[in-house]
Amino acid sequence: MSTDPILTVSDLTVTFPDNNGGLRALDEVSFEVRSQEFICVLGPSGSGKTTLLRVLAGLFPPTAGEVNFGDHQQPRHGMVFQQSNLMPWRTVLENIRLPLELTGAADAESRARALIDQVGLTGFENNWPRDLSGGMAQRVSIARALIHDPDLLLLDEPFGALDALTRERMWMELSRIWQARQKTVVMVTHSINESLFLADRVLVLSARPGHIKLDLEVDLPRPRVDDIRYTPPFGQLARKLKAAIE
Amino acid sequence: MTKPSLTKRIRSLRPWLGLASLLAGLLLWQFAAQTGNLPSFILPTPVDVWSRFVRAAADGSLFLHMGVTLAEILSGLLAGVAAATCLGYLVAKSRLLENLLAPYLVASQAVPLVAIAPLLVIWFGPGMFSKILICALIVFFPVLVNTVVGVRAVPPALYDLMGSLRATRTQILFKLEVPAALPIFLGGLRIGATLSVIGAVVGEFVGADQGLGFLINVGRGQYDTSLVFVAIFALVVMALALYGVVAWFEKRLLIWQNTVDSHL
Ligand SMILES: Nc1ncnc2c1ncn2[C@@H]1O[C@H](COP(=O)(O)OP(=O)(O)OP(=O)(O)O)[C@@H](O)[C@H]1O
Ligand SMILES: [Mg+2]
Repeated sequence: MSTDPILTVSDLTVTFPDNNGGLRALDEVSFEVRSQEFICVLGPSGSGKTTLLRVLAGLFPPTAGEVNFGDHQQPRHGMVFQQSNLMPWRTVLENIRLPLELTGAADAESRARALIDQVGLTGFENNWPRDLSGGMAQRVSIARALIHDPDLLLLDEPFGALDALTRERMWMELSRIWQARQKTVVMVTHSINESLFLADRVLVLSARPGHIKLDLEVDLPRPRVDDIRYTPPFGQLARKLKAAIE
Repeated sequence: MTKPSLTKRIRSLRPWLGLASLLAGLLLWQFAAQTGNLPSFILPTPVDVWSRFVRAAADGSLFLHMGVTLAEILSGLLAGVAAATCLGYLVAKSRLLENLLAPYLVASQAVPLVAIAPLLVIWFGPGMFSKILICALIVFFPVLVNTVVGVRAVPPALYDLMGSLRATRTQILFKLEVPAALPIFLGGLRIGATLSVIGAVVGEFVGADQGLGFLINVGRGQYDTSLVFVAIFALVVMALALYGVVAWFEKRLLIWQNTVDSHL
């Protein structure tokens, strides 16, 4: 794993206008993300996790502070939202193809089909989103986030709406994809288990206004299998995270 | 095994049921007009109406008037929809514009179009233009409202998606806003299409020398009630055809939200 930061966030502060002097969602958040690192962001509801991702995606500028992307001036983002956020008027294939349509790549169709294979949706290419289960829809949106080969994957509680069994299967798929495709990932989650299963590092945000309360290195061996949660190191890390959240 | 085939047979009979009920209605009408012994200028029989139709069709006058009314409807619809869609999009995007235009939009809805139709005919003459204008005005409001509602109903999360993919304004318009607003927009278009027929006829009632509304006026003036019926039926056919075209488009464009068709 290379160590040069692909993303540097320094003193990031976001204040939303409101009736009494502004609502501060993020307060001087600073961290670095190295290339091909998998970062999880934990924090209570309203701590500004979604706001952080939206700033990283360039959807709006921060009130103060900076986001720097190393030598990538315009990094490509792949974003997965809490709800699968598919376009209901597009089939599975057309939804996955969307990012390439915007940039005008010639091989959109074949790349979309390859990804459909990879996320296990072969045979559903021409289905409408309304016919998909929650887990299938979320896999479509993961494929859509990967198709334009983004430098940075931003995931906002992508598995929040799924049942426990599907969620754990998705963890396996995501970490397989992440390792196969060598991506840098920033993923927001509510779940300590999820973060320890997937992340190289976990950032814990405090309650509003969010600032970084803990920056925890997760040195558990990979690939992480189901049983890892019963090992002592996993338990120690989980306890540390739990203490920081409460 | 017999049950599905039976329901299937009833289903295949369904279009014929409609036809049979229409036929029964015509028979009833013929019977009522004959036994009631009403003069033809009060209630003509279907046979009277049919022979009047044949006459009006043979000398070409019916199709001339139909053509004029259809042209007015289509031009008015096109102009009204184009204007309402563009303005509706801008209003949906700008609260400032919405606030500026709101009093006019509300007032325009409070004024019954039938009441200002004479004014428009005085200003723009008895020709086709005043009818096109009336059509366009009557179509304008429902299409505008539905465009605004449709564009405002675009899920914000999909804007975030397009933003995270660095989509341009044009791409957001054509790949997100247009398809997302389409269902509600087409609902407005369906209402507008129906209203446009009313608009054209109202305009022709007020003052015209051609068109189906004019034909109704002529028939009334000459106690040629069969001709009035012929014109009304021509209007019904046109309105249904127009509605059918919009409904067909709706079905084609919105297959993604159609549940399994219960008639097939
Ligand atoms: N566009 C906005 N305008 C005004 N306030 C906002 C906006 N977006 C977020 N906020 C506020 O900022 C705070 C942080 O919101 P954010 O959605 O980032 O929290 P979160 O950590 O993602 O919460 P959750 O875990 O519930 O998703 C909240 O108090 C929210 O009300
Ligand atoms: Mg959130």
